[in-house]
Amino acid sequence: MFRRKYITGLLIAMTAFACKKDNYDEPKTTFQGSITYQGEPINVASLAVNFELWEPGWGKSGAIAVQVLEDGSFSSLLFNGNYKLIIPAGQGPFRSIINNATNSDTIPLTISGSTTMNIEVMPYYMIRNQQITKSGNTAAATFKLEQIITDANARSIENVYFYLNQTAIVDQSNYKVRTALSGSSITDLNNVSMSVDIPSSMSSVGTTGDQNYAFARIGVKIAGVEDLLYSEVVKINL
Amino acid sequence: MRKYLLVISAALVFVFGCKKDADFLKTDPSNILTDEAVWKSESLVLSVLADLYNRYVDQQTITNWAEFTNFDEAFPSQASEYWRVQQIDYPYDWWNLWDYGQMRDLNLFIQKCSEATALSEDVRNRFLGEARFLRAALYFEEVKRMGGVPLITEPMTYNFSGDPTYLQHARAKESEIYDFVIAEMDTIKTMLPDNPATQSRATKGVALAMQARAALYAASIAKYGVNTPAVFTAGGEVGIPADKAEGYYQKALAAAQELINGGKYSLYQKKTEDLQDNFAAAFYDKANNPEVIFAQDFKLKSGKVQGWTITNQPWSSAEEQQGGRVNPSLNLAEQFEKLDNTYAPFATNAGSDYIYYDNPGDIFAGRDARLGGTIMLPGSKFKGKNLDLWAGIMYWNNGAYSIISGDTYGEIGNIPGGPSGVQVVGTDGPIDGKEYSAQTGFLVRKFMDPAVGSGQLGTQSEVWWVRYRYAEVLLNAAEAAFELNQPAVAAGYMNTVRARAGLTTPLTASDITFDRIVHERKVELAFEGHELFDNKRWRLAHKVWNGESQSASDVISNIGKADKVNTQIYGLWAYKIYNPGSANNGKYVYKVVKSANVTAAHRFNLGNYYSSINADILSNNPKLVKNPNQ
Repeated sequence: MFRRKYITGLLIAMTAFACKKDNYDEPKTTFQGSITYQGEPINVASLAVNFELWEPGWGKSGAIAVQVLEDGSFSSLLFNGNYKLIIPAGQGPFRSIINNATNSDTIPLTISGSTTMNIEVMPYYMIRNQQITKSGNTAAATFKLEQIITDANARSIENVYFYLNQTAIVDQSNYKVRTALSGSSITDLNNVSMSVDIPSSMSSVGTTGDQNYAFARIGVKIAGVEDLLYSEVVKINL
Repeated sequence: MRKYLLVISAALVFVFGCKKDADFLKTDPSNILTDEAVWKSESLVLSVLADLYNRYVDQQTITNWAEFTNFDEAFPSQASEYWRVQQIDYPYDWWNLWDYGQMRDLNLFIQKCSEATALSEDVRNRFLGEARFLRAALYFEEVKRMGGVPLITEPMTYNFSGDPTYLQHARAKESEIYDFVIAEMDTIKTMLPDNPATQSRATKGVALAMQARAALYAASIAKYGVNTPAVFTAGGEVGIPADKAEGYYQKALAAAQELINGGKYSLYQKKTEDLQDNFAAAFYDKANNPEVIFAQDFKLKSGKVQGWTITNQPWSSAEEQQGGRVNPSLNLAEQFEKLDNTYAPFATNAGSDYIYYDNPGDIFAGRDARLGGTIMLPGSKFKGKNLDLWAGIMYWNNGAYSIISGDTYGEIGNIPGGPSGVQVVGTDGPIDGKEYSAQTGFLVRKFMDPAVGSGQLGTQSEVWWVRYRYAEVLLNAAEAAFELNQPAVAAGYMNTVRARAGLTTPLTASDITFDRIVHERKVELAFEGHELFDNKRWRLAHKVWNGESQSASDVISNIGKADKVNTQIYGLWAYKIYNPGSANNGKYVYKVVKSANVTAAHRFNLGNYYSSINADILSNNPKLVKNPNQ
C-alpha cells in the first residue's frame, strides 16, 4: 500500500519533470498593415487574397502565406529577420507596383520588432462615396466607380453586385440576396445606383433567424480578374 | 592416438572451416528475388508488371467512393464526408500528383526489359509495350492534373558526388507531354496484341483509345484556352497555343476511327429487352463484354475484391449494416433527356398543385434509359427487391397538406387523424442528415453488382472498374468531328451511342452543338471519372462551379447547357399521400429539396485548373516553375 503511493508519486514527478521546455520560442513579432491605394485600404472577399513571405537562407525554401482579411488588412506573427514579400500574379483586384529597391514586384522586408506597414498596389478601380440607405423594404446604394488603371492594362467592368447578408462577412459566396448590374449598362461611372429588396424573412441555416439588422456591400467583377473588388461593409437597421 | 585425432581434426577445421572471403558475402538471399533471376523468367517478369498495373492512378474510382461526391454529381451520405458539400473552395493541392517514384520504376522496367535477352522476342516486345503504355498513362494523368512536368524517360541514378543538380530537370511544355503520349501510342500499338478479349492488360485497342482521349484533351485545351487567358505560363508549362487545336482534333478523330473501323469492339447489347438493365449490365457483365476496352479487374476469393456494392447498397436489400453512400444529385438526374430528345425537369407541379403519380417510378418514365441504368430510382429494383424510397407521408389537414416522417430507416409512426402503427418513411430513406440513407432520393446503380454476397464484407465484389470503353471512343470521335466541322459525322457517332439508350430519334447534323457534345458525355460517362477533367479541358470548370448559391428554380432551369451552374446538390423526394376519400389517396408526389448539410456553393478558382506543386518539390528543384493563379 505504502509502496504503491511512492510509485505513484514518483510517476507523477517523472511526468512533470522528465521533459524540458521546447527549446524554440514561438514567433512573437507582429507584422501587420493593409493592402492600400494611396493609403486607402482595398476591400476584398473573405479567404480570397493572400500574399507570400519568403525568408531566404534556410535549407529548404517555402513561402509563408499571409491571408488578407475582408477589409484589406493582414497580420502575421513572425520571427525577426529579412524577408521578401511577393503578391503572386492573379491575386486580388489590383496589380503590384514595381519596387524601387529590387526593380521587380518583390518587396524587401526587414522585421525587427513589431512592424506596421501598408502595401501599396494599383487597383483597377476604387469604389468612392458609397452611401447605403434603407427605405421601406428596399436597400439602396449610390456610389462612384473611379477607374485607376487607365493605360494598356485597363480592364472593363463585367458586373456590379449589391449584396445583403445577415452576418458581417458579405461577399460573392456569403450573401442572402443580391442584385446585379452589368458593366455595359452603366452609363455614368461617377454616379451608379442600385437597389435590392430586403426579403421578408432573412433567416437561413447558420444564421440566427429573424434579426433587426443586416449588412450590405458592393462587389465589382472586373473582366478577366478573378477576385472581386468590394466596398466597405455597411450595417443597416431593418 | 587421441592427440593425433585432435591435431587432424584441428587441421581439418582450419582447412575447410572457413569459406573464401570473396564467397562469404555472396550467399543468395532466400527471401527476395534478384534482378538477375527475375529477368530470366517470363512469369516473374509478369508479376513485376502486375505490380505496375496495380499502381495505375485514378482520381475517381469505385475503390474510393467519396471522390465521386466532390463535384455535385452526388451527395456523400456518410457523416464524416459531409465536409465535401460544406467547403466552398477546392484546395489547390487537391488532385496533385508528382509520382516520380513510380515513373522511375517504369523506366527501370523498360530499361531492364530491353536488355533481357533470356526472354523470347515476342514476349519481351509485349512486356515492353505494356510498360510503355503504363508510363504514358502516368504522364497523361500527370499532365491532366499538373500541366507540363519534367519528361524523364530513363531511370536516373544519383552518383553521390554531393551535387544533385544534374538530376534537376525543368518542366516540359504541356503540349510536349501530350505529344509524348500520342507518339508512344503510335509506336506501341504494333507491339501489343490486337485482341478485344484481353481487357485487363494493354492492347492495341486501349492504345488507340488513349491516343484519341489524349489528343482530344490537348485539342480542347488549345481551343478553349482563350476563355481563361490567365491560366497560362510564359514557358508553355500550362496552356497550349490555339493554332495546335486543329492538328490534335485530327489526330483524335483518326485514332478513334482506326479503333471504330477495326470492328473489334461494339456497344454492349445483350439485354435489349430492358434497356436500363442493359446499360447497367454493360458495367458489371464481364463475360464476353464487347464494349470494355481496358479495365481494372477484380476476382472473388483472390484477395483482390472491391466494396463498391457494400458502400452503396440500398438499405432495403443490404447485406451488412451499411450502404447508401453515393447519392446521385437531381442536378445529374434531370440531365437525362426525354425520348423526344428534349430536356425537361421532372414534372412535380401543375400550377400550384402537385402532380399525383400512381407509382413512384412514373415520374421518370419516358426518358433516356441511361437514367435508370446509372441511378437507382424510386420504384426500381436492386437484386430483385423493390426499393423503398420515399421521404414521408403527406396527410390532408384543415385544407392543406402536412407532412409526417421518421428519423430512421422505415420508421413506424402514427398519422394524426389517421391510422397508427404505419410506416412513415422509406426503408432506404431519404431522411435528411441520416447517413447511409439516400439523402437526395437517389442511389447510384453504375458498377453495382447484382450478385448475391456482393454486399457482404466477407465476400465483396469482382465487378471491374472500366477505364476505357467503346462508347467513350465514339463520343471522342463525335467531339473531334464536330470541332473539325463535320457535324454529320459527329451526329452519326452520337446517334449510335444514343440508340443503345433508347433515344431512337436520330439527331441531325444541325442538332449537334457544343452543348450537345458536353451533355452527352455528362450522361453517358457519369461516375466514370470524367466530369472534373472534361470541365477542366473545356475551361468550363470556373463557370460551372462559380461559388454562387443555387435556388431550386435555378437547378431546374437551363438543363442541357454546357455552362449550367452546378454548385449545390439538390434532391427529389417522393411523398405518399394519405387523404382517404380523395382520388389522390395512396398516390405519390415529388418535391425538389436541398439537404440541410449542403451549406456551401462550390467554387473552382482559376488556380484549380492546374494543381499546386508541393513546396518541398519546388524547393528541391529550383528549375520548376509554379502553376499560375495560386
